[in-house]
Amino acid sequence: MRLKCPLCGDRDRREFYYYGAEDYLHRPAEGAPLADWDNYLHLRDNPAGVTKDLWYHEQGCAQWLVVTRNTVTHEISGVELVAERKA
Amino acid sequence: MRYSGLKVITEGLFGNKGWTPAWRDPAPKAEYDAIIIGGGGHGLATAFYLAKNHGLTNIAVLEKSHIGSGNIGRNTTIVRANYFLPGNSEFYSHSLKLWEQMESELNYNVMHSQRGLINLFHSDGQRDAFVRRGNAMINQGDDAILLDREGVREHLPYLDFEQTRFPIYGGLLHPRGGSARHDAVAWGYARGADQRGVDLIQNCEVTGIDIANGKVVGVQTTRGAIRAKKVGIIVAGRSSQVAAMAGMRLPIESHILQAFVTEGLKPVINHVVSFGMGHFYISQSDKGGLVFGGDLDFYASYASRGNLPMVEHVMEAGMTLMPMIGRAKVLRSWGGIMDMSPDGSPIIDKTHIDGLFVDCGWNYGGFKAVPASGWCMAHLMATGESHEVAKMFRLDRFATGHLLDEEGTGSQHNLH
Repeated sequence: MRLKCPLCGDRDRREFYYYGAEDYLHRPAEGAPLADWDNYLHLRDNPAGVTKDLWYHEQGCAQWLVVTRNTVTHEISGVELVAERKA
Repeated sequence: MRYSGLKVITEGLFGNKGWTPAWRDPAPKAEYDAIIIGGGGHGLATAFYLAKNHGLTNIAVLEKSHIGSGNIGRNTTIVRANYFLPGNSEFYSHSLKLWEQMESELNYNVMHSQRGLINLFHSDGQRDAFVRRGNAMINQGDDAILLDREGVREHLPYLDFEQTRFPIYGGLLHPRGGSARHDAVAWGYARGADQRGVDLIQNCEVTGIDIANGKVVGVQTTRGAIRAKKVGIIVAGRSSQVAAMAGMRLPIESHILQAFVTEGLKPVINHVVSFGMGHFYISQSDKGGLVFGGDLDFYASYASRGNLPMVEHVMEAGMTLMPMIGRAKVLRSWGGIMDMSPDGSPIIDKTHIDGLFVDCGWNYGGFKAVPASGWCMAHLMATGESHEVAKMFRLDRFATGHLLDEEGTGSQHNLH
């Protein structure tokens, strides 16, 4: 598998660290109820199909990326920089 | 039909015409006392123990494909009870005891072979951790023997003891550990459940879970609606999809674990050997193939196949540990879909929906747990209470902080 980093181009999977689902971008506000933290840290949609997850270009530009890909076919349909996403 | 050596001989003398199918192929009834979703090892064992231990026989196992077509037929067949944490230790100890009586209990040859499992260690710190683990196993009533380097050499003379990156300091021997014939476990439990009146319904995919007033009332399937007041979801590999039918979001992320088999060889590896520092483990099947594997591919996937970097890593680790296997040819490799939980331990619990139970999150350790998982899930579904040895496997333990992190690697799905 290869990922097309917006800064570095088409790169080998081994350059990237996988963190987990995109849920990690939606950190609850301080003082949020415990259920929100459980949802953020542990509970997952875990789809068999298109998903968005977080990858870190560890051996490249050191940017966090949101990758849109299919968990059944491993097809990658989009890679964007977390830093450029609108909140 | 009871199987025996005499039966094999008499059937052989008379043309093997007397054998009958090992289980029936019933049509689904309109209603059961309980439904098990998933005809894999855990689901079949649950059905068997619901019938045997709790006298509940008006039950059905619904399988979307054929019996044993999922992870029970796609694993590396290791059986062991070498866990450390309270909560895990007693559960896997119970499971190993059930393994030891499984063949007589089921009247079925599952080729359970207690050939001994050796976990290698490569530093003083790792040795201390293994001493502690071995003591925990002994305190649990199981067996563990600490081997020094020469002790390992007596058992495993073919290892590369001269390697510099991970010099072999010794190993923890678990003599009662070993392997079994995975398909036979599914078939044995299926036959045992069927003989006690359980309906095994194959090619019957659950498409919906019916809930009314907070209680489960039945399921929708590709073979029609079936009513039941108790439903168990036992579908590791697809847990998130089935739970979503009940509006639930599980603490599960699915990952791929690859495994490999070589061509058949004469007996050469007599134990199960694990090389944790290299992420590699190996045993030899009764057919002669070397069965080995490594770590996850580390990203969420349902593809049933892995990526080449992990293939390369596993081969490198194997060659580092036992260079002799470089001569063997890999026949095939595959990927299994693992229910990875955030702490690496499973879930056997009721849900917030009355009558709906879930048995999932087996990570890459589900095979050895088959009998105890069935035993404890049956206890939970029959009595409504968690079994004593599975009471820590709570669905809400991530919210409450009662984690069972056997490896101590943190609360992230792919770290275990």
